[in-house]
Amino acid sequence: MNFAFTEDQMAFRDAVRTLLEKECPPEVVRARWEGKPTEVWASLSDMGVVGMTAPEDAGGLGMDELDLVLVLEECGRAALPEPIVEHAAVVIPALREGGGKTAQRWLPMLAAGEAVATAGLGEAPLVPDADRAALLLDDHDGCLHAVEMSACELTPLDSIDRGRPLFAAAWYAEKDTKVEADFELAFDRAALGASAQLLGLADRMISMTVEHSKEREQFGRAIGSFQAVQHRLADALLRLEFARPVVYRAAYAVARPGECAPADRSLRVSMAKAYAGDAATDAARAALQIHGAIGYSWEFDLHLFMKRAWSLAAAYGDGSFHRRRVGDWLQQREDSDA
Amino acid sequence: MDLTYSAPEAAFRAEARAWLDANVGPFRDASSNTADGFAKLREWDRLLFDARLSAVSWPEEYGGRGASLWEWLIFEEEYWAAAAPQRNSQNGIFLLAPTLFEFGTNEQRGRILPKMASGEEVWAQGWSEPNAGSDLAGLRSRAERVVEDGRGGWRLFGQKTWCSRGAFCDRLFGLFRSDPTAERHRGLTYLMVDLRAEGVEVRPVQVLDGEEGFAEVFFDGAFVPDQDVIGEPNDGWAVAMATASSERGLTLRSPGRFLATADRLVELWRARGDRSDPAVADSVVRAWMDAQAYQLFTQQAVSVLMAGEDKKMGAEASLNKVWWSELDLSIHEAALGLLGDEAQLDSDWLRGFEFALAGPIYAGTNEIQRNVIAQRLLGLPRG
Repeated sequence: MNFAFTEDQMAFRDAVRTLLEKECPPEVVRARWEGKPTEVWASLSDMGVVGMTAPEDAGGLGMDELDLVLVLEECGRAALPEPIVEHAAVVIPALREGGGKTAQRWLPMLAAGEAVATAGLGEAPLVPDADRAALLLDDHDGCLHAVEMSACELTPLDSIDRGRPLFAAAWYAEKDTKVEADFELAFDRAALGASAQLLGLADRMISMTVEHSKEREQFGRAIGSFQAVQHRLADALLRLEFARPVVYRAAYAVARPGECAPADRSLRVSMAKAYAGDAATDAARAALQIHGAIGYSWEFDLHLFMKRAWSLAAAYGDGSFHRRRVGDWLQQREDSDA
Repeated sequence: MDLTYSAPEAAFRAEARAWLDANVGPFRDASSNTADGFAKLREWDRLLFDARLSAVSWPEEYGGRGASLWEWLIFEEEYWAAAAPQRNSQNGIFLLAPTLFEFGTNEQRGRILPKMASGEEVWAQGWSEPNAGSDLAGLRSRAERVVEDGRGGWRLFGQKTWCSRGAFCDRLFGLFRSDPTAERHRGLTYLMVDLRAEGVEVRPVQVLDGEEGFAEVFFDGAFVPDQDVIGEPNDGWAVAMATASSERGLTLRSPGRFLATADRLVELWRARGDRSDPAVADSVVRAWMDAQAYQLFTQQAVSVLMAGEDKKMGAEASLNKVWWSELDLSIHEAALGLLGDEAQLDSDWLRGFEFALAGPIYAGTNEIQRNVIAQRLLGLPRG
């Protein structure tokens, strides 16, 4: 037993954090809100992050979900305005497993970050960042299809988080768009990726709020010295710190299919998404309340993180959806030994 | 990351499970809060001790097996899955013993630990006083230094209260004010007291369920020899804080206990719940998931401890304590919800609920824990 990341995994995480602190400050997120191009995707491609899950022979790093989960957490912390979850956690692995001509053609471009992929999975598919993407992975009749964006009809939707703009995509399923990979697994990967980002978002909002409450004085003292403020933040941290190992455990379940049956993998992912969503929305709520009116203003950066948290908490199944999945699993499981 | 158990760990689990299945039956329903139950549970501790299962993580010389933290967690999972009873000896094994390992002398360890694990000497804790609860440093019970007939020691005066199982215990550990002139956190000494000694009076106090689960203890000149001081005289605060960290950290409430209760909740739901009621389902699922999350958090913490030199949790222990105490309540509240009208009747679930209600109060109230989390983990200024 060892429930810890390796030195290498943590070092990679730290490097990504450093890069994003420099290249993805809130101004960059705001630029994406205004539809302006950003440079951060190119930097992440150069570092290998964008293609980290692609096989080495396609130019990737051949890494798995345990490597990826910490990196996605950092992307969440920065509210990275790019479809990194869909690209690196969902589409590349599906193509890697599906193989065939589509994979041969697209994997090298996706690994290098020269092309961007996104996905629209689930009952009412909302496709994030379709304006940036050249390839769409979508599901139809329980099967996955990869469609070139030029063959899709895109309708922009009014999205709460314009750093993650959503689109409706209409396309035709054909024999050669089909990808021989598992839809359930792709969905679980998307939910896991969103969960990892939600951890980073919660962490960011808690840190911002701690800093604010140490600086902001009322009644002659820092508001962070008041017990009502302290307890609210303590609860937010509690939710985050208990969501963390649940998300890491889900990453392990996805990365080690040999140790985990598909139903158990989905159970782990559902727990992760339910906890991470709650942790981030709870942190958002505490952050807004403790910041007060400044946090409610457009000019202040909190809303960039808060809206990403709301968006991702709802994406790929919200808390109720995933708790229902856990409930179904509990109702169906055979009494088994621990 | 590797979340598989080794062959010796799996073998240990199988041994513990088989032994518990064969032995726990007659002891399952014994309550450590009644005289009869307490006597029965002394026998249970003795049986565990003879199988070297009473304190598996202790060194062999004191009756343990030198088990790793992983093996300890495995034992606890099996212990609670077998519906084994709450231990008489828990305050000794989980609170005093870690203090003796860190601050005690070899003589003290050899004299005290085996009898503690075998149930021969059962320990109560003596922290709270009528005017010192969350503000423990306000305690007033005194220890006066004496040398009588060439024998050095301490005479105790004052009162301790809310001593769990104190009415039936043999000895008590706690803090006493030995230097009244010193600043409040200094001048305290950590002492071990014989509850049968002259000058000690123990009065049972009924707890929420009507059993005599608490005691108040009055000291009127009771003698404690020097050999029963832990650490240095007047340095008791530091020693006690180490114990407090054990209490709310890993050792007092292992995940196994809550995993077992959460599984029983799911059984109850499957047996008699309205499966189509989404509100009921959500309460069951949340409580069950909270137990899983506690196990994962613990596994993560143990991995850190096993990799490092220092085998203690720091302020993170406060996160732990808030989580397990509130999780225990969630499980029992969900179960009472499933019982519907029958929740009005006495049941194991009701008893468990009443016990769970104490969780956010003992071992440092959850309000104190949230202060610790805010100030020591988040770095917010003291009020």
